[in-house]
Amino acid sequence: MSWEFIHYGLGRWLHILFGVTWVGLLYYFNFVQVDALKRANAETPPAGGAITRHVVPLALFWFRWAAVATWVMGAFLLGDKFNQALLFRETAYVPIGIGAWLGTIMLFNVWVLIWPNQKRVLGLVAASEDEKAKARRVAFLASRTNVVLSIPMIFFMSSSGLLHYPVFAG
Amino acid sequence: MKNPLDSLWGTVLCGLILTAVLYFLARAMMTGG
Repeated sequence: MSWEFIHYGLGRWLHILFGVTWVGLLYYFNFVQVDALKRANAETPPAGGAITRHVVPLALFWFRWAAVATWVMGAFLLGDKFNQALLFRETAYVPIGIGAWLGTIMLFNVWVLIWPNQKRVLGLVAASEDEKAKARRVAFLASRTNVVLSIPMIFFMSSSGLLHYPVFAG
Repeated sequence: MKNPLDSLWGTVLCGLILTAVLYFLARAMMTGG
């Protein structure tokens, strides 16, 4: 097995596999769960408890660790071009550099804004009702911001590379 | 003014606009124009 196969074959495969898991769960939260919980909690008696207790913690577990794995595999894929891409030092690496920055900001949002606030919402960390309401809003807006960022991130990930140079230079 | 992120379609629209902006930025950075 050659290093090229491990680096670009297995590396790209795992980067996409983890990325699909991460962004798939992000879209599940935003396109399905937010609305479903609102409807379930509007019922009498409120029916969202089971989702909050059994689905959300599990989904958040896969979500936050898939985010880490995606970023690590992305850094592995860039290899010795990591600095050139993130510092925009080489023209050909501008698209992947932008994609990498978007992914890095998204990872920051997951671990610094979404997860700590979700822990308060879920009761894993003690919080008053006011603090929970504030935490819910911050986590929601960070999650929605990640949906916004994911749209160009996927564009730059899928269109980067020398073979797709005409996409930008044409 | 309503926060566009409160609506799903507002969120998607923001993503599409950001994609267009970043595309032209990348193009300018790559072609020098």
